[in-house]
Amino acid sequence: MKICCLVKEVPDAAVQKRIDPQTKRLDRSGEKNLNPFDTHGIEAAMQIREGGKVQVDEIVAVTMGPPSAVRALQKAVALGADRSVHLTDDALAGSDVCATGYALAKVLEAEQPDLVLLGQQSDDGECYTVGAVVADHLRMPSLTQVIKIDVADGKLVCERQAEYGYDTVEVDLPAVISVGDAINEPRYPSLKAIMGAKKKPLDTKSVADAGIEPERVGEAGSRTEVLAINPPPQKAPGEIIEDEDTNETVERIVAWLEERKLIQ
Amino acid sequence: MGVAPAQFPPPVAPAEEFVTGITDSEDERIEVGVAIVGAGPAGLACAIRIMQLLEGEPELSERLGEVPVAVIEKGKVAGAHLLSGATMRPSGMRALFPDLDPSEWPVYQRVEKDAVYLLTPRLALPLKPPPPSFRNHGNYVTSIARLGRFLGERAEEAGVYLLTETAAAKLLVEDRIVRGVRSGDKGRGRDGEELANFEPGSDVVAKATVLAEGTQGHLTGAAIEYFGLEGLQPQRWELGVKEVWEVPKPLDRVIHTMGWPLRKRARYNEFGGSFIYPMGEDKVSIGFVAGLDYTDATFSVHDTLQLFKEHPFVRRILDGGTRVAWGAKTIPSGGFWALPRKLAVPGMVICGDAAGMCNVAELKGIHYAMHAGIYAAEAIVAALKQDSVNFDAYDARVRDSLICEDLYRWRNVRQAFSRGFFFGGAIASLATITRGHLPPGRWKQHEDALEEMEIGKAGSRYPKPDGKYTFDKLSSVFASGNATRDDAPNHIRIQRHVPREVAQTWVSMCPAQVYEIPEEQAASGAPEVDVHVTPSNCVQCGAITAKGGRLTPPEGGDGPLYQEV
Amino acid sequence: MAGILVYALHDDEGNFNKNSLGAISEAAKLAGELGTEAAALVVGDVSDEGAAGLGKYGARRVFRARTVPEGLAQPIVDAMAKVISEQGFSYALFGGGLLGFEIGAGLTARLNAGVTMEVTEVRVEDGKLVAVRPVLQDSAVVDVGYVGEPGIIIGRLNAFDASERGDGAAEVVDVDVELSEWSTKARMVKRGEQRGADVNIEDAEILVGGGRGLGEAANFKLAEELAEALGGAVAATRAVVDAGWYPYSAQIGQTGKTVAPKLYLAVGISGAIQHKVGMQNSENILAINKDPNAPIFEFSDLGVVGDLHKIVPKLTEAIKAKKGG
Repeated sequence: MKICCLVKEVPDAAVQKRIDPQTKRLDRSGEKNLNPFDTHGIEAAMQIREGGKVQVDEIVAVTMGPPSAVRALQKAVALGADRSVHLTDDALAGSDVCATGYALAKVLEAEQPDLVLLGQQSDDGECYTVGAVVADHLRMPSLTQVIKIDVADGKLVCERQAEYGYDTVEVDLPAVISVGDAINEPRYPSLKAIMGAKKKPLDTKSVADAGIEPERVGEAGSRTEVLAINPPPQKAPGEIIEDEDTNETVERIVAWLEERKLIQ
Repeated sequence: MGVAPAQFPPPVAPAEEFVTGITDSEDERIEVGVAIVGAGPAGLACAIRIMQLLEGEPELSERLGEVPVAVIEKGKVAGAHLLSGATMRPSGMRALFPDLDPSEWPVYQRVEKDAVYLLTPRLALPLKPPPPSFRNHGNYVTSIARLGRFLGERAEEAGVYLLTETAAAKLLVEDRIVRGVRSGDKGRGRDGEELANFEPGSDVVAKATVLAEGTQGHLTGAAIEYFGLEGLQPQRWELGVKEVWEVPKPLDRVIHTMGWPLRKRARYNEFGGSFIYPMGEDKVSIGFVAGLDYTDATFSVHDTLQLFKEHPFVRRILDGGTRVAWGAKTIPSGGFWALPRKLAVPGMVICGDAAGMCNVAELKGIHYAMHAGIYAAEAIVAALKQDSVNFDAYDARVRDSLICEDLYRWRNVRQAFSRGFFFGGAIASLATITRGHLPPGRWKQHEDALEEMEIGKAGSRYPKPDGKYTFDKLSSVFASGNATRDDAPNHIRIQRHVPREVAQTWVSMCPAQVYEIPEEQAASGAPEVDVHVTPSNCVQCGAITAKGGRLTPPEGGDGPLYQEV
Repeated sequence: MAGILVYALHDDEGNFNKNSLGAISEAAKLAGELGTEAAALVVGDVSDEGAAGLGKYGARRVFRARTVPEGLAQPIVDAMAKVISEQGFSYALFGGGLLGFEIGAGLTARLNAGVTMEVTEVRVEDGKLVAVRPVLQDSAVVDVGYVGEPGIIIGRLNAFDASERGDGAAEVVDVDVELSEWSTKARMVKRGEQRGADVNIEDAEILVGGGRGLGEAANFKLAEELAEALGGAVAATRAVVDAGWYPYSAQIGQTGKTVAPKLYLAVGISGAIQHKVGMQNSENILAINKDPNAPIFEFSDLGVVGDLHKIVPKLTEAIKAKKGG
């Protein structure tokens, strides 16, 4: 079985995130890190390999990003991936979800994976959807927000929490599965693994190498455009009650709750 | 009358706990040529210099193996745990990168104008001309956190393995020869138990080990005890808390202040002052530094900084601005007499702030660290070429260099300030005028933890934080980028039931609100209280080690993520 | 013929999800401004009455794909893609919820369409729709426009309110959908299992957060009773979890969970930023704390300065009375 893990380089959680008012895109000049949700994806791949129910021949880390995204791939390799693929090209800058999903699918197509794993969301995009977009292009079944995966002869049995409660779904391979952070506790890479990461094979691909049509990616190829960025709506200052007569205070609280339909 | 924290020493025995032999098997252990602990200016200068020298040493390069130099850094990136003023003397950068133009250095502006003020509650009296120790013309305003990142990148470009998020937990010693370090475990729970994703540390075995851990170096402390390297006087520390502000009006000068809000009377022992440096056109760095030998248990450097900002002189500078960063770190101020009596033992050297190569009188340390790193590199390469791990040549080089020359000139100044502001000022002038010949002798200093603490009135002067101009500790910790996991084991060793004066000292001293006295006990007036510890707040400044506790490195990657302090 | 197609999710008993009803109402309002129609799509065994009933919320037509199974996204992508292409809808709109995200994403690929998710507001500008969404952990808000058609809009949970707009019955149109080969590769084994024991606080609509002001572990009972009365769950600050008063799974904050319920009732919580970042986007924040200077009062919608030990029990009783009748 070949597993491809999609990973993304995102600004570190501790860095103040902001949008560049000139380009209307995320200012990525600060510290970056491997998207925390993607570490759960890699861990899931490792647990399938170590679980012994199926033979995993290769775990490949794949990313689409600027040159610095190599670090995210190195981290993925330190966590257990056998090699990595870096799709990088200026033509990809500014790609929206539609363009990104298409581009990633092209790279994955060439890899012919049996299973694609990724974190359900990224710290910067917060889109929760790349996995489902990629799956449609790859013509594979897809599930997102999965918190449990069991492997059983060519099939996966997955659990996730949907609108009405927990669903248990059986999925045939090949498939694309986006995992939630509740699925596992990612391991820490050993020092040896970290030091060995730079030596693992890294394949760099341009848009042309991947057979991606340039008009379908980048800012020009995107199907949405950011028209304006604004600060978040200012919250109106709240009301303060000083409790003197507790019965009266409670009455006022209940009235406030009812007004907002919070007592149903 | 008062109580000294030293009477309640932390439950730790560094030489026993943190020094060990190699335990990993041959294929488990990691072999490197030179292991450097700490990605600060000393460690990275050493790493870069070694790689520069190795270009001309193919035979030695071969012998050092696949990983000639590994730098082990507990922060997330090189620079994450670095904090300083700073007005850096350029000699270190020139020595390391002789062909690099200063326009490419990670610095802000060159200092053109210096100003020193003596503050009273309402006024700022300029001292003209500024005392010689504060002349910074020709120096560069720098953010050491940025410098760390810059040097880290250069080091990696040169082929150094920079192992971030890795703590150096133990020193590997066999037959009194240092053989490397052991990295810290990851994935332990609150009580030290192994969690599901537990990953044990590894032995990093090296031919040469460089301890460049900075202030309160963990392995340095253990090594000094183990090898008996204590200096002629005990080491002591200042605590600095700083903020970076975006301001509308550019600042045209490097400013230092003395006086208010510190109290002058000798019994309070409040020595220190502030710095306000321009960072480019749109930011300033503002910090307060105070010696940890103060005696009022309610003294807090963080809150002193907040109080200091309320002075009209400071308001004029920060007016209309926004705080964008905060951090805290200790500075070793023992100077010349506190240097370890030997800076090298077989297999190991100590560089930079870890050894106390810091000149507090002139507020300089970065360039000394870089020079020391370069000397260490040269001595190590020379010795390893001869297949030797005797690095005494490094020790001799440092003693003979500008590092010890400068430290010697200022050797008795800091001690004088313990006798009061004016007395200290007078002695500083004397030292300046006589270029260090006077005052003669070796003036004593004692450990910060030996000061007897009393519950005084310092705390009552501090402003209530408004969250816009003055800030509380918790929101400041947040601003440092600290997001340590909550179930991490406690990395701080202290006694948990102590007299109120000692507990209060820790509570007020710690800039990150790690220590607290449970509310009912605080109010009850009981003479002895419990100390509650929240280790995940810790920004690893090192103050606790100076005042009765012992900081050990938490899991690699924990702690602040300083960007521009 | 332009128009907005809304997916209407229902449970196994045929009850429509309120976020879907909200989306239909929203679509009807927007369609009115655009001068076009709002329509809905349902799958599975939906009765004529049930489908037509969506007209109450503003759907003029309801497309029904009886043979398409409910509950998994990809078959519904097939159904919606067909209807959108054949009928020429300009926009697809989804109320918040997992399936909406997955279907919307599938349509993005299938129809090469632009998609915006976590949308909190939709506007009409120059005859086109503009979707508004928060980004970067709610630190900014962006307006997003669409290039070409169709455009896909996926709302944030509870962004759109359901409102009945007249009593017209919608026209029910049955459609036959050929499923893509891969749409049959995922099969529902068990749907909607309730797991009461570990309530996921991230999904609770009402949360009562307990902090150090509760005084001791035993007092969490006050928070629990209040939560029960309100029909919500209990959350905790890092300080009390640290002290062992409540389990880590309930911790909210920088190093805990992030929540945005309809109501966050903070009891004995000071509101330090490490906690604030975990719950600041709650729709309504009610804080009870005896310290008038507690930072939480700076961002609460209703702040009550008083002794929680006096107020909370009485509040719990009053709410039970209101509900019990």
